[in-house]
Amino acid sequence: MTAFFLGLFACCFMCLFRIGRGPSAPDRTVAIDILGIVIVGFCGLMGLVTGKDFYLNVGLAWALLSFIGTIALAKFLEGRSFDD
Amino acid sequence: MIDIFGKLLIAVGILFNIFGCIGLVRFPDVYNRLQASTKCVTLGTIMLLAGVAMTSGSGPICAKAVICAVFILITAPTAAHAIAKGSYASGVKLWEQSVVDKYGEDKKD
Repeated sequence: MTAFFLGLFACCFMCLFRIGRGPSAPDRTVAIDILGIVIVGFCGLMGLVTGKDFYLNVGLAWALLSFIGTIALAKFLEGRSFDD
Repeated sequence: MIDIFGKLLIAVGILFNIFGCIGLVRFPDVYNRLQASTKCVTLGTIMLLAGVAMTSGSGPICAKAVICAVFILITAPTAAHAIAKGSYASGVKLWEQSVVDKYGEDKKD
């Protein structure tokens, strides 16, 4: 189980490296999107290890908020307002 | 038996996650990074959640893991498509060794 968590930590740190280092704004947006998906997997694994199901609720809410945030950032990059 | 199969699914999913994140770090421009990381990480996380649903037996964890997997399967390609369109519109150039730009050709017409 520890190896699984270490693998997911490695994924998170690679995403954080790209968020800090990325030369342009779309690089950082891609990395934020990927970090959100990795954290949903992390919440699922945490729910399996502890046997409590509210971690999966956290993962579901995190997936929703990450999706909405990514769409908002993509619209912002495109240079348009939110309603067209 | 189903326990071992679930653990194997979790391990393969985390391997896919790691490969996708290595692509995110190593590839040269936004579009390459987007296509490597989004596809690998979506598949890896869905396999991880399927493994969680198999290993935990029939309970609330199983049902919520399946709901999470379906939600990620719907939303991750949508978000990736929106990011690709947004980064093209914000003027990020392709890598100089990229050979084809169908979206730009379509926009020119």
